[in-house]
Amino acid sequence: MLRYFNDILMGLWSLIIGMGITFREFFKPKVTLLYPHQSVKMPARYRGHVELIPDDEGQPLCVVCGMCEKACPSNCISISGEKPEGSKRKVLTSYILDFTKCSLCGSCVDSCNFGAIRYTKEYNLASTRKEDYHFDLLKRLEESKK
Amino acid sequence: MTLTFINVVAAVIIAIAFVAANAAYLVWAERKGAGFIQRRPGPLENGPWGLLQPPVDGIKLMTKQLLIPGGVDKIIFVIAPVLAMFPTIVSFVTIPFSETIVAHNMNIGLLMIFVFGSMSAMALLMGGWSSRNKYSMISSVRAVSQAVAYEIPMLITTITVVLIAGSLDLMEIVGKQTGGFWHWNVWPLKAGLFNILMPVSFLIFFVCSLAETNRAPFDLGEAESELVAGFHTEYSSMGFGLFFMGEYANIVIGACLTTILFLGGWDCPFGLFPGVWWFIIKIYALICTFIWIRWTFPRTTIYSLLNLSWKVLIPISLFNLLLTAGLLKVF
Repeated sequence: MLRYFNDILMGLWSLIIGMGITFREFFKPKVTLLYPHQSVKMPARYRGHVELIPDDEGQPLCVVCGMCEKACPSNCISISGEKPEGSKRKVLTSYILDFTKCSLCGSCVDSCNFGAIRYTKEYNLASTRKEDYHFDLLKRLEESKK
Repeated sequence: MTLTFINVVAAVIIAIAFVAANAAYLVWAERKGAGFIQRRPGPLENGPWGLLQPPVDGIKLMTKQLLIPGGVDKIIFVIAPVLAMFPTIVSFVTIPFSETIVAHNMNIGLLMIFVFGSMSAMALLMGGWSSRNKYSMISSVRAVSQAVAYEIPMLITTITVVLIAGSLDLMEIVGKQTGGFWHWNVWPLKAGLFNILMPVSFLIFFVCSLAETNRAPFDLGEAESELVAGFHTEYSSMGFGLFFMGEYANIVIGACLTTILFLGGWDCPFGLFPGVWWFIIKIYALICTFIWIRWTFPRTTIYSLLNLSWKVLIPISLFNLLLTAGLLKVF
């Protein structure tokens, strides 16, 4: 009999404790972000798709050695370059990343000896067309200059 | 006031408008409350503080197709949502908001509210049974067993109050509690009657009204994690909308009844400015507690739900009934 009343009272007390907790939470500041209006700043080591790093004049640091192309296990990267008359190094003419196959392993970034590519912080990449995921990174670099 | 046709139509329109507005904005309040307790902002996009969310939801529900699945019991399937909404609107007829604001006072008002209140369990049973869906079926059986289990302590507690007031007339029950908060039925200080179990009675009534309205933590009828959506799984459009509105209108009725029976109706706690605003303040305080409870406690199981009623609430409320009757006889 004593246990019966004890159970009821202890149960009631636990309910009051629970309500106290939610009461306190009610007045605490919000912890969520309003996604389309605000978004989270991606951490420094976040791996988005790769992009070209520009030098001081805004030209790509890439020397078209082709190491990233070879390192890519999924053959996502296709690059081409040319050596203009009188220039010492090759100049990048196109850098196409097929993001549909990329698994973000990072081998391309690791293999680059010239520090010419890095991860972006892009994550809003939804699209209904497959072609939207064939990124022209050179064009992207030129656009980012503007 | 004579019962002319225009009077009746006006009263019905006001009752429906009050119920619908309350149901719509309680959904907003519920979502806002849930948001704040979970440290989110709640509805925000439509209008300032998301205040246009209820009309937008209403338009969305009304413009959707009303699907009637093959194989359902058509007539009952269509009647059920109407039956969920109708008794709550009728119950508002006899609820006194103040000494002057009452649609039609009856000397058996309390009885009438309970008669119509018991019909809402019927609506859940009809909706779930006619849906031809095993989850709806299980849900409706649960809803009925729950309604049976919780109507008993609720009614016993009500009888206790009726014994004290000596009337089934809601106006008179409130009338007996006027003159400050120490006269309310919730306190054991009531003149000449030191029944220390009255706060417990209030608690029992409050828990029962939570369970009667199928609110969390007693929303076993629509336990999403077990029964899809319970009795309204097969309902779309306003069929679902009516069930939903019925639930919120029931909450308002429950809060009104608790206020009238235990918290002195429109009586002011300090004897100042009695009026309809005190009634409104009290019912919304109770409704806020309903919302607060919903977002605090997880859903119980059907066994512990029924155990709570049969092993705890019914014995205690019965004991309180006997005690009150004895005290009334002695003093």
